[in-house]
Amino acid sequence: MAIDLGAVEAQLSTAFPGAVVEREGDWLVLDRDRLPSIATYLRDEMGFDFLTHVSASDYADHLDVVYNVYSTRPELQGPGLSFKVRVPDRVDARVPTVTTIWKSANFQEREVWDMFGIHFDGHPDLRRILLWEGFEGHPLRKDWHEPYYEEDNKPFGSRWPYPENPRPRSAEQRVHWRANVQYPQGFDPEDWDLGADYPPLFAPKVEINGIDTEPVYLNVGPHHPSTHGVFRMVVGLQGETVTNLTPVVGHLHRNHEKIGERNLWNGNIPYTDRLDYISPMYNEFAYVVAVERMLGKEVPERAEYLRVIMGELARVVNHLLTIGFQFNELGAMMTPMIYAFTEREHVLDLFEEASGARMMHNYYRIGGVYGDVSDEWLARCRKVVSRLDRKIDEFETLLTDNEIFISRSRGVGAMSWQEMVNYGVTGPVLRSAGLSYDIRRVEPYSIYESFDFEVPTYETGDVYDRYRQRIAEARQSIKILKQALNRIPATGAIMDGKNAWNVKVPDGELYSRVEHPKGELGFYLVSDGGTNPYRYHVRSECLINLAALEAMSVGHLLADAIVILGSIDITLGEVDR
Amino acid sequence: MFGFGLIKGLSVTMRHFIESFVYDRKPWEWFTVDRYDNKWLERHQAVDGKGIFTIQYPEQKRKVPERFRFLPMLVYEETPEEPRCTACGICARVCPPQCIYIERATDDRGRPKAQPSGFWIDAVICMSCGYCAEYCPFDAIKMNQEHETPTTDRDRDMFLDMDHLLVPIQYYAKLHPSDYEAEEAARRAKEEAKRRAAEKRAEKD
Repeated sequence: MAIDLGAVEAQLSTAFPGAVVEREGDWLVLDRDRLPSIATYLRDEMGFDFLTHVSASDYADHLDVVYNVYSTRPELQGPGLSFKVRVPDRVDARVPTVTTIWKSANFQEREVWDMFGIHFDGHPDLRRILLWEGFEGHPLRKDWHEPYYEEDNKPFGSRWPYPENPRPRSAEQRVHWRANVQYPQGFDPEDWDLGADYPPLFAPKVEINGIDTEPVYLNVGPHHPSTHGVFRMVVGLQGETVTNLTPVVGHLHRNHEKIGERNLWNGNIPYTDRLDYISPMYNEFAYVVAVERMLGKEVPERAEYLRVIMGELARVVNHLLTIGFQFNELGAMMTPMIYAFTEREHVLDLFEEASGARMMHNYYRIGGVYGDVSDEWLARCRKVVSRLDRKIDEFETLLTDNEIFISRSRGVGAMSWQEMVNYGVTGPVLRSAGLSYDIRRVEPYSIYESFDFEVPTYETGDVYDRYRQRIAEARQSIKILKQALNRIPATGAIMDGKNAWNVKVPDGELYSRVEHPKGELGFYLVSDGGTNPYRYHVRSECLINLAALEAMSVGHLLADAIVILGSIDITLGEVDR
Repeated sequence: MFGFGLIKGLSVTMRHFIESFVYDRKPWEWFTVDRYDNKWLERHQAVDGKGIFTIQYPEQKRKVPERFRFLPMLVYEETPEEPRCTACGICARVCPPQCIYIERATDDRGRPKAQPSGFWIDAVICMSCGYCAEYCPFDAIKMNQEHETPTTDRDRDMFLDMDHLLVPIQYYAKLHPSDYEAEEAARRAKEEAKRRAAEKRAEKD
């Protein structure tokens, strides 16, 4: 399934002698100083137009910035090219930006700057993205420690067998109030000046329809009910028309990745539930697929079927809920959403019966799943699937032809797929613009290859097409579910080997991606051969899809910007991580 | 026709509106079926249930499935002084948020004993993942289903010690009957095998 790395290396070396510094496993180490020209060549000449993942990793003597590029050309779709650049200087770490070549690098490079302190030369807007502006240090560097720091890796030694200082030592007792936050030296909140968060708008008063207006900056959020969580948009308005828009994220940030590096390999599975809490099953799926690829583990057939069943149920629920929220934002307050939640209840009942929890399932395991399901469960699942099938029809009757909806959504937020690819947009939003790109097809994982399903696409990528796209994809999921429920082996193991609590993963690094209901969810994992990940990065499709929000919203009304935000389908738990 | 799509959609809303009433108690059940009756709840929660309904919490509660988990508990067989737990520490080490603290007991001569002298769980930190119960080799820690635990004193009531955590085996058998049955069957099979092996050895001698 891998790309022919030797051919790529040869081609790059002819075009840029000495461009490939080194070859490290499946990764090419490229020349840092010539990165922009090499990247342009990769995009224009070699077809790698889709940069989906930028991240970094901290090693003792250097920092690595890693990139994963893919191609949307039909003949080149599939596995992509992984390359990295090496930054030897930890103090003054600098890398040329690739934002000018792939706009999807914008938010991701900001995140790398925020977390690793790597300066991207030429980046248009290199500010912190997830942390606040006064934060000191770059937390994903290995020498940075959090206020609750105990040890580098779990299990912490103080838990067993002789914990010092027995009672009381609840978390608050161990780390007292005020000791649980870190401030820069000499920091006084009273005197702190945040400075201008956004540039002042130097536009003169203009007359529109006989009324004098001047540009206004409006903060939408962070507590606005239409923003799907704690999310802020700084919207520049001329009259009611959006002239520019800056998403401000990070209010829900908890440094998931630092926690992930402390955890045991399987200790991360329940944490992934807390990413996109609308479809936690699929987050687990993405993580275990990544770890299994590192381990080279095979999963028993029945477990694979159970995984697909759970994952596709999650997808249907996610799409129905998204449509429900979407209509909340359009002003059809509550009705479609409550209908979607009614269906979700039935699926959650199934999940609860199988896994033990309604939302934080913790069902997938490295090499299998947590528990087998009974025949009654499967029978009930069949009933739920046929019910969902009917309910999707009902949603169509309820909403698709609604004239108010059509007039509010046609042409709103439209964007060509070429531009979306440049912004790194993935998932239903990308497919609704006409590009048939589904990771279940182009880079199959699990047993998706054995199912018969289509990858629906629409033409314009506006809000209406995104709605129809989600309906169509939910139908395809139902199709997969029906096949899976028919073909699932009656008995069989659900776990490959022993379910060990301290899995050891061999040395190596990889970026693994799956088709999450919201887009491409990827995990970048580095292992040093131990029981804990050395580096654990989540390629959040919600955050990266947001990068296109400004381009989609400019020129539309403020009310439409909210609708466009809803149609991108974000969950703040994953955006902020 | 312009507006037809809207009317078509409204017919769905109307149907839901009517179904919510019709599918609720039938007229002849108005005096016999109580709104807080579980029969009514089951009817709505069934997969072919229709309309929208509300569970009248706290008078009425959802029945939770057997695998439902909330906080961990420690199981003892005869007396609380002798829990199944051997203080091996796997639960404390596998716990993702590291909320379990175990103190291993020592005998008179100061050697470690296979028993805990202290066992604490920081219930506020616990993320209810169930790993402790899943990886316990002695079936000593299990997941409780008691989920109504609000309190005003975090340190007293949410930092659980052995007094809070220990439950008799019968309680566990009631919460997770099929898990309990499977464990007991495995245990019996193991004992049977041991007994047979011992018999064989006795015969040989």
